Amino acid sequence: MKIDFVLNGRKVSAEGDPMDRLLDLLREKFKLTGTKEGCGEGECGACTVLLDGEPVLSCLVPIFQCQGREVMTVEGVAADPEAQAFLERFVQEGGVQCGACTPGIIVTGWKLSQNKARLRRGEIKNALAGNLCRCTGYEAIVRALERESPS
Amino acid sequence: MDKVTGEALYTDDLTLPGMIFGATLRSPHPHARIKRVRWKSASAPDGAICITSGDIPGPNGVQLLDDSWPVLADKIVHHIGEPVALTAAATREAAQRALQAIEIEYEPLPPALSWEEAEQLEPLYTLSLNHGDIQQAFTQADSIFEEEYRTGHQEQLYIECQGMIAWFDDDGMLKIIGSMQCPYYVQKALMHTLQIPEDKISVKPAAVGGAFGGKEDFPSLLAIHAALLARHSGHPVKMVYDRHEDLMVTPKRHPSRIRHRTGVSKEGRLLAMEIKIDLDGGAFQTLSPVVLSRAVLHATGPYRCPNVQIFGRVLRTHTVPNAAFRGFGAPQVHFAVERMIDHVARALKMNPFDIRKINVVHPEDRLATGQVLDESTSAHLVLEEVEKITKFRRRWRSMERARARRQGDEPMRGIGLSLSFHGAGFTGLGEHRMRSPATVRLTADGRMEVLTAQTEMGQGCSTILPQIAAAAAGLRLEDVIAHEPDTAVVPDSGPTVASRTTMIVGGTVERAARELRDRVIHWAQEHLGTGPDLEIRDSEVRGPKGSVSPFRDIGRACYEQGGPREVTLHHEPPAWQEFDESTYRGVAYATYGWAAHVIEVDIDPDTLEPRPLKATGVAEVGRVIHPTMCKGQFEGGTLQAIGYALTEEMKMKQGKYLNDRLTTYIIPTMKDSPKMEVTFLDRPWQGGAFGAKGIGELPMNGAAPAVIQAIENATGIIPVALPSTPERLYRWMMEGRTTGED
Repeated sequence: MKIDFVLNGRKVSAEGDPMDRLLDLLREKFKLTGTKEGCGEGECGACTVLLDGEPVLSCLVPIFQCQGREVMTVEGVAADPEAQAFLERFVQEGGVQCGACTPGIIVTGWKLSQNKARLRRGEIKNALAGNLCRCTGYEAIVRALERESPS
Repeated sequence: MDKVTGEALYTDDLTLPGMIFGATLRSPHPHARIKRVRWKSASAPDGAICITSGDIPGPNGVQLLDDSWPVLADKIVHHIGEPVALTAAATREAAQRALQAIEIEYEPLPPALSWEEAEQLEPLYTLSLNHGDIQQAFTQADSIFEEEYRTGHQEQLYIECQGMIAWFDDDGMLKIIGSMQCPYYVQKALMHTLQIPEDKISVKPAAVGGAFGGKEDFPSLLAIHAALLARHSGHPVKMVYDRHEDLMVTPKRHPSRIRHRTGVSKEGRLLAMEIKIDLDGGAFQTLSPVVLSRAVLHATGPYRCPNVQIFGRVLRTHTVPNAAFRGFGAPQVHFAVERMIDHVARALKMNPFDIRKINVVHPEDRLATGQVLDESTSAHLVLEEVEKITKFRRRWRSMERARARRQGDEPMRGIGLSLSFHGAGFTGLGEHRMRSPATVRLTADGRMEVLTAQTEMGQGCSTILPQIAAAAAGLRLEDVIAHEPDTAVVPDSGPTVASRTTMIVGGTVERAARELRDRVIHWAQEHLGTGPDLEIRDSEVRGPKGSVSPFRDIGRACYEQGGPREVTLHHEPPAWQEFDESTYRGVAYATYGWAAHVIEVDIDPDTLEPRPLKATGVAEVGRVIHPTMCKGQFEGGTLQAIGYALTEEMKMKQGKYLNDRLTTYIIPTMKDSPKMEVTFLDRPWQGGAFGAKGIGELPMNGAAPAVIQAIENATGIIPVALPSTPERLYRWMMEGRTTGED
């Protein structure tokens, strides 16, 4: 089938089997390799993208579900001028080590921190419980998000 | 920054023209004879190829310590998942389909899968260490305690699975790019098996999505597989495992069975320790002898004991070979010795802090190897500091009392303390033998470039090594860059393992950067007529009369006019680091990192599920070069150890891992992680880069025993194995393995 959707703010269309994974479509057709596959079964959160603004696991999303909707990947967040301070804070706080989980954490964290003056620890932990990180012990990620405030 | 924008390229993000994909056919049996292999090419997808052990040009073994680990099984398979044949085809799916066109006839053989069965086979390796006279000491001890401790497999679970791409370029050069921590290991293995000379192979890590030891040996096997397929097909070949395959077949932390017999005085002083260590090596040796060596050398923990006898074995089983994982044999023995110390304390009605305080090593004390500890020994200092921060002593006592008074479904809360140490750098003469080189050179634009084989896998070496060079040469960080570790360009500064990067390689980089700076200054004096007594600070070269010129200008002039461009120096291990590998006497490690952990847990009274609330760590790792990264290493290692203690377990049936997915192998999420507080005692050590010691592995050693002691403090149940799952806690409770006070 042919699907039309908005990818990182731009209208795009793609051909594919309706049950193809969104993850593969993004990585292979659109060459957006920022989105990573960590487990392929919705457990690790590395492949998280925003679908109409909500975090979803792109390894579990069949592409037909994207018809007419908006998909935002880490590349989309990185291109947003308002996200720059947010991204830098992740680096400064040591919230990034090997970087394999980072794109998923960035899109989830960016969504979480928008329109929020200050995030509480419990709130951060609930929102990011589905994003596994094996390097940081999570503390630096929590610190980066706790410091987040609107510019 | 390219990691937060998604621009960093990992192995699976790379595509080459004409690239095809590889897949692996694996043994379904733990032990069997291969009677016949048939490739039914007619039923395979178009263009698919297949190779078996007969297609290997050189020795059929991965060159590590030896080459006993087969590249592809030949006559016998030794574990489930052992590679038997490889296919390659135009897509991943086609390569997988091609596997079905291979027909193999097996004749099953009896496997050894338990400790008891493994004991019937010849051990893969044994090691012993004696100090003092334990027989005599046991007769003088006031009490003797005996206990057996067990730990299970632990999976590294880097988020990026194993992956490798191989191709031959137009000049016939074999190119490898992939996920690895030791590019020179991969190169040596390729030279051996493919019979290709060193200068015809270039190995380069892509961005590496975590490793923790899991990408130390296995990438050599995967690189050989991809290279064999590339050679056979004439195409670039990519092999990337999915999580299921990665969990099924890659090496894990060795399970252990450790028996302690300990004699103490009535005050609780250690008099004699007899420690028997068995590690389950799996089917092949891989790195097990070195892992056992670390286990033996860390078996007494950071404690003083005049009489010690340690005997270690690596037993062979018909399971996936076990190998490197952060800590490398030390987490297993730390769990056992910390449990034994707790056992003694409880029997003598002592506080866990007090018993550690009277036995902890100080400068001038001897370890079991006979090594006399120098002034950089800080076990007693981290212990005192953690007590000061957490008031552990008092709180442990009050929670003991609370446990006795607890009623009904009131929450159970406990606090635990542990002490740990980790020898930095390679064991014994390892660093002497390698004397690994590092290079610093000028670039055409007058900057300084650091060339090492050290691989960035999130631990920060691509930041820290330039930082060391910059500090040594008086340059700003932006004027120093790290060359990516490509074996065709960088010197073999050794593997990125064993907490050696900052201390050992960093130390060489520091000296080389100073040397290059001095040579450039000397050249400037002679050729630019700058006069003597130049000084470099913040990338500015200052003359004695206040004149200032950017280092880049002088560097560029030096480069263009044929001045000194490059300095390569070798690591110089301290002359006093003498170690006898036959008797295991002497200085096993030039220095050690020291840590104390205090961890608090809540236990659900209905399910016995532990929940870590807070972890406090105090560590001494010499001078802290990069506080954020150092803290990140400590926090990350602490959480991996908490997972090791509580949930991470590979269950096995007939030699097959049952929980081979992330839904069943449970690592800590953000909600399972405690609040952490980490303090470093800043005590520069004379031998490391700017006084730094290794940090990477240390936190992995101490956190698990601290969690376990906290569980005991909360519940009165005495855990003797890792992970201490609710099921095991319940069983121990039913068996009466309790403090007996409840």
